[in-house]
Amino acid sequence: MSHVELKNVSKTFALRSGGTSRTTRALDNLSLNINRGEIIALAGPSGCGKTTALRIIMGLEEASSGSIRVAGKEISGCGLDRGMVFQHAELLPWRSAVDNIRFALEAKGIPPHEIAERAERFINLVGLGHAMHHRPHQLSGGMKQRVGIARALAIDPEVLLMDEPFGALDSQTRETLQMELLDIHQRTGKTIIFVTHDLDEAVLLADRIAVMVQGHLREVIDVNIERPRNDMRAIRSSEEFTRKRQLAWDALHGYRDEGDAAPRPATSTAAPLRAFA
Amino acid sequence: MTMSSYHEPTVAKKTGFSVRSLPSWSITLISVSTLLVIWELCSPWINPLFGSYPSQIFRSFIAMMQNGTLVKAFVQSIQPFLVGYGLAALLGIPIGLLLGRYRVLDAAFGIYVTAGYATPMIALVPLLMVWFGLGFAVKVVIIFLLAFFPVCINTCAGVKAVPKTLIEVGTAFCASQSKIMRQIVLPATLPYIMAGLRLAVGKAVIAMIIAEFLTALSGLGGIIIHAANSFRTAEMFVPILLVMVLAIVLEKLLALLERIVAPWQREIAAGGH
Repeated sequence: MSHVELKNVSKTFALRSGGTSRTTRALDNLSLNINRGEIIALAGPSGCGKTTALRIIMGLEEASSGSIRVAGKEISGCGLDRGMVFQHAELLPWRSAVDNIRFALEAKGIPPHEIAERAERFINLVGLGHAMHHRPHQLSGGMKQRVGIARALAIDPEVLLMDEPFGALDSQTRETLQMELLDIHQRTGKTIIFVTHDLDEAVLLADRIAVMVQGHLREVIDVNIERPRNDMRAIRSSEEFTRKRQLAWDALHGYRDEGDAAPRPATSTAAPLRAFA
Repeated sequence: MTMSSYHEPTVAKKTGFSVRSLPSWSITLISVSTLLVIWELCSPWINPLFGSYPSQIFRSFIAMMQNGTLVKAFVQSIQPFLVGYGLAALLGIPIGLLLGRYRVLDAAFGIYVTAGYATPMIALVPLLMVWFGLGFAVKVVIIFLLAFFPVCINTCAGVKAVPKTLIEVGTAFCASQSKIMRQIVLPATLPYIMAGLRLAVGKAVIAMIIAEFLTALSGLGGIIIHAANSFRTAEMFVPILLVMVLAIVLEKLLALLERIVAPWQREIAAGGH
């Protein structure tokens, strides 16, 4: 049985401008099964609905139709079976790093005498033991996001949801955190769903890439790179990496893998190159 | 040799006097003392019936301190001030939080807060006297009415300015509504609340004096009216300056309080240069 199951999930938003109201379809009949312990990337250009899909799985937004099951149970609203890592970490600025983790533990209702020990354990898990009493503004972007990850992991969720978690970081910090995430995944075996517009990142981290364009799931690509993925350099230069990255790119831009690489737009309305602009 | 000549301009710059290198309090002190000196120098041309000058006001101040009128008036004024202002803060903050957080409440009651803020409450004083008499209660009510609305409106605006994503953090981690209110909305709103409280000090001081003018003449406002009616102008200035000092001190105390309760705010904000 799939760990997370999306069945015909659609989402329409009402847009009001100058008295006229029209609706826009952010997600169109999305069905996707995610296996236990798998890392899946939702990839696509901005506005393709990938973040909306993630927020619906988290329960921050409600689907207009369709159903979402986590571990067989239909979700309604947010739940502690899912842990969210926000795009810009979103730490509470008045709380120190470790106290931001405590916030999640308090909300979960962990007994007070366990909270301190557990918060410290998770701040150490992301390597910030030395900075645990710093407030967010004293932390770098990468450190903030580490706290964000620790906060989500601390509640011991079944599924970790990440919304472009490394998108706002410089490339070196991003690579370090990608490695750390792979390491955390290796150790905890969590199911991870993450949103990205970075195809390299998607291929490096994910077992499968769900390529989304304009609210549709266009293609799901299997990435058969072995775990543990410790040697980034070897992976990046491997044939599988290049091939899967190309496949994802093709899917995104409306090309089909038919051997001859003949360009064929998937929809007549979207120009292939505009889709990723 | 080359080293020293290279460093020369830097040294010259460091020893040179620059207003920018002074601490803010000393600049304020210089400004105030300059004003007082200029005012004092103008004394030969000031008719003591129509105006006064610092040394004369200071003499009146000493005299009023010695015969006890000033202390008595101050105590009389400060009591309704503290009660009225305290009530305004005690009710204004939670009501502002609720109006800002819950759309339905805002739609139902927000209009009264806006109206109350815009209405010249002084116009209601005759009516308030009929309801609450001429004593302590009516003064408390007037001070409360002027101080409540800026606190409430600012708090409400602050809640609406809380980043949506911070609230979502609370929602995503299944925090209760009360935890979101106490641990996300309230701290995020603190700078706005403090700004409201500081604005309200000015309003409450005005309310205090007006209340004493219009109801039973008493307190510092009473001294002002009595002194003015008998052309003892220097004596009139004493309570006026005292009220100014009171307002400034309270304002500074609130600024200090803000640094204590919201220390992160100072670290984040750019501030003036």
